[in-house]
Amino acid sequence: MQFETISEFIKMDGHGLYVWLSYAIGVSILIGNLILPLFTRKELIKNLARRLRRENNAQ
Amino acid sequence: MAELCTNSAEISLGQLFSAVLKRDLLLSFRRKSDLVNPLIFFLMVATLFPLGVSPEPTFLADVAPGVVWVAALLATLLSLDGIFRSDYDDGTLEQVILSPQPLMVVCLAKVMAHWMTTGLPLALMSPLLGVMLFLPMSAMFGLVVSLLIGTFVLSLIGAIGAGLTVGLKRGGVLISLLVLPLYIPVLIFGSGAVQAAVAGLPLAGYLALLGAMLALGIVLAPLAISAAVRISVTG
Amino acid sequence: MAGSNWLPRWFYQLASPRWCYDITGKLLPGFLIAAVLLLVAGLVWALAFAPPDYQQGNSFRIMYIHVPSAILAQSCYMLMAIAGAVGLIWKIKVADMVAFACAPIGASIAVMALATGAIWGKPTWGSWWVWDARLTSMLILLFLYMGVMALYAAMDNETTAAKAASVLSLVGLVNIPIIKYSVEWWNTLHQPATFTLTEKPAMPVEMWLPLLVMVLGFYCFFGVSLMLRLRNEIIRRERRSGWVRELITSR
Repeated sequence: MQFETISEFIKMDGHGLYVWLSYAIGVSILIGNLILPLFTRKELIKNLARRLRRENNAQ
Repeated sequence: MAELCTNSAEISLGQLFSAVLKRDLLLSFRRKSDLVNPLIFFLMVATLFPLGVSPEPTFLADVAPGVVWVAALLATLLSLDGIFRSDYDDGTLEQVILSPQPLMVVCLAKVMAHWMTTGLPLALMSPLLGVMLFLPMSAMFGLVVSLLIGTFVLSLIGAIGAGLTVGLKRGGVLISLLVLPLYIPVLIFGSGAVQAAVAGLPLAGYLALLGAMLALGIVLAPLAISAAVRISVTG
Repeated sequence: MAGSNWLPRWFYQLASPRWCYDITGKLLPGFLIAAVLLLVAGLVWALAFAPPDYQQGNSFRIMYIHVPSAILAQSCYMLMAIAGAVGLIWKIKVADMVAFACAPIGASIAVMALATGAIWGKPTWGSWWVWDARLTSMLILLFLYMGVMALYAAMDNETTAAKAASVLSLVGLVNIPIIKYSVEWWNTLHQPATFTLTEKPAMPVEMWLPLLVMVLGFYCFFGVSLMLRLRNEIIRRERRSGWVRELITSR
């Protein structure tokens, strides 16, 4: 462990803003890349299911 | 296109090349406005810089290599859409693809014609802009030669973008998005050559690099152009 | 393919959308677990345990997220261009879908590399943006991604769009080394090489080991994200086939 206390860990010798900002951006882009395809998948399956139901009703 | 429709055995690649070249040149000379518009644009963009930034001679002489090169690049970009557009609209391109002649040679000839009607006049006109922007006389040779070689590379790369977008209704903006990042090396070495000429440094290295890009472009770009055109027309 | 049995069977099966959907479905949990473990371990290690740099102090920790994203953004372009070439040459639909799925991931990772690079530049160079050769070529890589994505968006026909984007990404692939060297040369002409961010003469083990973990974690994560998008694409494009209908109705 390089840091003694939590506040030291957050401050990072004055570089805290830069370090935490870049990690926040990085992690949010990573999470976005997981969430977005999952949402698309849900939406897609919903649409396809609706279309299938419509087709089945038409027959 | 009468020459192209003959039997493949009767026409050599050289004849094919010169026939397409002649036809495209003839067509563009019949539509003079298309020929002149990029030149006027070139002149106007270069005029904007003293007006927009500063008319100070020393400053302008500093930025002149970059400004002239960027203006030439944009003027080429503006005219790219025309390489295949009219041939696509009237169905000629489809006939060319169906013909037994290799599409690559036809594409190369069309690019050559495009360069002769835009890049060549731009390069010949560039000393005028150089004078307007206080570029030293010693740099004029470097400016003209780097533009002569560089605009051909720009036409070759740009034709790939033009081929990819020829089937689209609004291809104009898209071409610039596709092609501009690929233009960056040409811009760097082209304006680098002019800057070296301004500083009195030897030019040969830059021109050799531009020439190497041209050689690579002449070999590889027709492959990509013909593939792009084929995809756009048949898709 | 007769006679060439040096590739395992599942490799050929990947070319079939249905098999590819099944195989990626089986691979996904493993990759997800590996990605989460590696990334969490790497993050904690990089943030709390790696020693600070003697010159840059703690801002050095940005490297552990900047370098993996830069590496991933470049390899993602490679994969996109290679998948595009495979789709173009052998007309394999799944390869086209892989190329299509790569573009948005690569673009977002390139944005990440640029953003973290810019933030790192502030404490190191004193300004948010420096026309450093690496940052500039990463910006151009982002432009290339954006061109490919714009081309996909502009074309209605999926097959045509896939072919056109493959040609464009291959042209980009040929151009990337030229761009890289020209930008590096331009950079040395315009400003003296002040400081290199990543090329430390000899990085101690406790510094590069977390980096390695992060890079591996990023690759696993890329696998997860790519497979998720690929599976979506497969369902969307194969929606008229029987097995997708069965899959939808069984849910």
